[in-house]
Amino acid sequence: MENYYRVGAEQDLGTPASPGTELVTVTIDGQAIDVAVGTSVMRAAALAGTQIPKLCATEDLAAFGSCRLCLVEIEGRPGYPASCTTEVVADMVVHTQSERLQQLRHNVMELYISDHPLDCAPCPANGNCELQDMADLVGLEQVRYGFDGSNHSELPTDTSAPYFQFDPSKCIVCSRCVRACEEQQGTFALTIDGRGFDSLIVASQADDFIDSECVSCGACVKACPTATLLEKTVIEQGQPDSATITTCAYCGVGCSFRVESRGDQVLRMVPDRNGHANHGHACVKGRFAFGYATHPDRITTPMIRDSIADAWREVSWDDAIAFAATRLKSIQQQYGRKSIGGITSSRCSNEEVYLVQKFVRAAMGNNNVDTCARVCHSPTGYGLKTTLGESAGTQAFDSVMHSDVIMVIGSNPTEAHPVFGSQMKRRLRQGAGLIVVDPRAIDLVQSPHVHADHHLQLKPGTNVAVVNALAHTIISEGLEQQDFIAERCEPEAYQVWRTFISEERNSPEALESETGVPAEELRAAARLYASAPNAAIYYGLGVTEHSQGSTMVMGIANLAMLTGNLGREGVGVNPMRGQNNVQGSCDMGSFPHELPGYRHLSLEEPRQMFEQEWQITIDPDPGYRIPNMFDAAVDGDFKGCYIQGEDIAQSDPDTQHVQAALSAMECIIVQDLFLNETAKYAHVFLPGCSFLEKDGTFTNAERRVSRVRKVMEPLCGMGEWEVTAALSEAMGYKMHYAHPSEIADEIARLTPTFKGLSYDKLDQLGSIQWPCNDEHPEGTTTMHVDEFVRGKGFFAPTPYVATDERSNSRYPLLLTTGRILSQYNVGAQTRRTHNQEFHREDLVEIHPSDAETRGIKHGSWVGIKSRAGETVLRADVTERVQAGVLYTTFHHPESGANVVTTDNSDWATNCPEYKVTAVQAYPVSEPSDWQAMFKRFDRQQQDLLKAGRGQAELPE
Amino acid sequence: MTINADKLVRMGEQITDNMRYTDDEAVVAAKVAEHLGKFWDPRMQDAIIRYAAQADAELSKTLRAAIALL
Repeated sequence: MENYYRVGAEQDLGTPASPGTELVTVTIDGQAIDVAVGTSVMRAAALAGTQIPKLCATEDLAAFGSCRLCLVEIEGRPGYPASCTTEVVADMVVHTQSERLQQLRHNVMELYISDHPLDCAPCPANGNCELQDMADLVGLEQVRYGFDGSNHSELPTDTSAPYFQFDPSKCIVCSRCVRACEEQQGTFALTIDGRGFDSLIVASQADDFIDSECVSCGACVKACPTATLLEKTVIEQGQPDSATITTCAYCGVGCSFRVESRGDQVLRMVPDRNGHANHGHACVKGRFAFGYATHPDRITTPMIRDSIADAWREVSWDDAIAFAATRLKSIQQQYGRKSIGGITSSRCSNEEVYLVQKFVRAAMGNNNVDTCARVCHSPTGYGLKTTLGESAGTQAFDSVMHSDVIMVIGSNPTEAHPVFGSQMKRRLRQGAGLIVVDPRAIDLVQSPHVHADHHLQLKPGTNVAVVNALAHTIISEGLEQQDFIAERCEPEAYQVWRTFISEERNSPEALESETGVPAEELRAAARLYASAPNAAIYYGLGVTEHSQGSTMVMGIANLAMLTGNLGREGVGVNPMRGQNNVQGSCDMGSFPHELPGYRHLSLEEPRQMFEQEWQITIDPDPGYRIPNMFDAAVDGDFKGCYIQGEDIAQSDPDTQHVQAALSAMECIIVQDLFLNETAKYAHVFLPGCSFLEKDGTFTNAERRVSRVRKVMEPLCGMGEWEVTAALSEAMGYKMHYAHPSEIADEIARLTPTFKGLSYDKLDQLGSIQWPCNDEHPEGTTTMHVDEFVRGKGFFAPTPYVATDERSNSRYPLLLTTGRILSQYNVGAQTRRTHNQEFHREDLVEIHPSDAETRGIKHGSWVGIKSRAGETVLRADVTERVQAGVLYTTFHHPESGANVVTTDNSDWATNCPEYKVTAVQAYPVSEPSDWQAMFKRFDRQQQDLLKAGRGQAELPE
Repeated sequence: MTINADKLVRMGEQITDNMRYTDDEAVVAAKVAEHLGKFWDPRMQDAIIRYAAQADAELSKTLRAAIALL
């Protein structure tokens, strides 16, 4: 089977597609063509197959009309209008070629080239340079003016940014980079300084790129038509000769990329203009941080050892698999069938995740399978399933462009979902209202051309109180959409909920002292949300990772139903998924109580379908969740675990408890790229594959299934799915697949929402949002259009129950955690790239008043202590956090952020309460005891790795 | 041996508190029992049943009623 989806050069039609639907007929160089109203002459010509020369125009940006190269003649109009800024009208007759036009373009090009280095041959962009192409197109052979006059050839090159360089001597000041930074990214880091001949592109206040506001999204680099802004990989290693479309393996936006390679060597990743999730945009992670895939730290040979005090031994795949299977079977023989389990990863593909849960149910014979979504979005599953009937976001990302008011709750899109964050900012610049509900002043609260109408800066842990107060306001002020409620929702449940929410205890005034949000501000926000024609809610882990995460998700769904903001574009309830395949890993049944497609094990019909297909008997009772596995391991009831691509020793809360659990187990199998923190407690290491080495699919936060396509062979020699299948066979359950597409076909056979999905259809359509079935053969953009998946919407009562993690005299501050743009999750990937240069260590943000009373200075060491543990971080004294609140990230293992977080969790799903930990902070001069222990253990394990590599002897 | 009873009781009481949106104890207990049955591994259910059977078990009235329904 042919798996590659190789593509040629990306076509650029010059200006963006028109949103118009009415067609008009125009004639271009004698050829009639029908195009949408609002289409530019340049785009119409390109659609007709005619290339008009251009430099400042690109399909990714609004027409600008500055380069004057794209001039055309239009019958009945005087002069030579720019084709990029001229829209077609019915019966327009255009001529793109004439002697006069040729002369004009030639003259324009001659001026450009008169101040441009004539070093095409050694230039790294040679052969892939629009300026060069256009010079050829207009037939420029020589420049009459000479090169002795004033020019920019001596301007120094700025190499400060890690991934690209800026050589102003090659710049033609077309402003594509400036416009890309504004229109696509929304950072406004670039500008044109000076006028006329003195015009120069500068970053921020003429700073080096690394010191400027630039976020290294790469939009300017892609936009540049010359070699002025160019990837360092291309400069150093040369130009690619092939491209493959694949899907980014970082956050839940799921950007589509052209992986441009030469042979097996990936030279650059360029965002795909046709990508349905990203429309040609990218961020610093997806665009540039792929070097981890070939980092020397990659482990590519299987390894085993008897105990974690032993050196690793490199062995063959057969020996590693046999060792792992023997150990697992032996544990089951001694402690019982349910004494082992598996953890799936949201970083792996749907097919790989599906296979691991199948392995646990079929080969291990139990339901002890859980996914890392447990610790992020499991409350979304519970909350949305309960209220709306489906565990998924309701919209496509593009829906935001139809929103009149956007409410962002506990989500930081510009850091954690940057490409969607840019799209949201685009809509905000167009005038949409913005409500931010967050304990911190995230970028969206105040950034260039974006300002939140209301920032409800609540105290951590009071989400449900705030959402109840919003709903109370809407009810008490008569702003609810009665027709929608009457038609679409369960009347009895609504009346119960309405009675509950109307109680005075849920009013903004009654809750003000609890939430810290002024009642009038909250009421104004409720009015803004409820009165907008289209209002949408976007939420993240600041909603789910609480003791009432599930309640809050239900509260959000209630709010949307109450105001009729579901079932069309511009509205909805949108969970922002953290990792690339959180949605997929949940869809694929890697929960201990559910089969693929969110069907509870106790339901006979789906269970029997799987039993028949897999030829096994499935236990109808749930297994252990991840936190249950840890607790049971410490108590001696859980002895072995197959951990696929997750680093629970770093990412899960209460690190010391996790370490105790891992230490208590007799067989830990880690499948990963690197010797991560969890692998230091493992007995079997099965090398994994980066996304560049695999075929499969990821499902992003908008339910969009996209293909992941292999661009290089697995460095370890086996695909991850093949390893799982081999382990399963060694455990006594044979799996019969020749390719991941066959796993995808099995998923489609057994899962109604995936019934119409196949690799062939994905190749045709590019991507598909599930449900994809007979009713929606090309997928579903917006869910719950005419009715909710569960039939009538269910208003779930949401009593506010304060968390046990409250500040007190011993721990007077509240610590909350989050992410930063340049690093990803536990940092295993991004720490092995130049992204390290942006964020070398995790810092703790502390308000100036809290810092001052404690004698903590900016940049000094701070001890952070909770009832769970203690760690030391460097202080970032800032007003981004409110007084009484600390904030940190967990991208570096030695930071020990999760040494401090506790075992408190969401009542319904056990999703950890990462967002609220009562702590004390104090100045210190040395790392914590845990950090000292971490350093010793890390050194010991690195030594055991080095000592054992190269030995091929099996332990007795 | 399974997960220690203290933790299970803490989780059980947390579920009970979050289900307490009505004064009807029987309704809340039934909802809690349904939740435990649906999401707790049977070993965890057995452990809390064993704990509830102890004379000195410290449980709210509602959680005790819910456990009786398992």
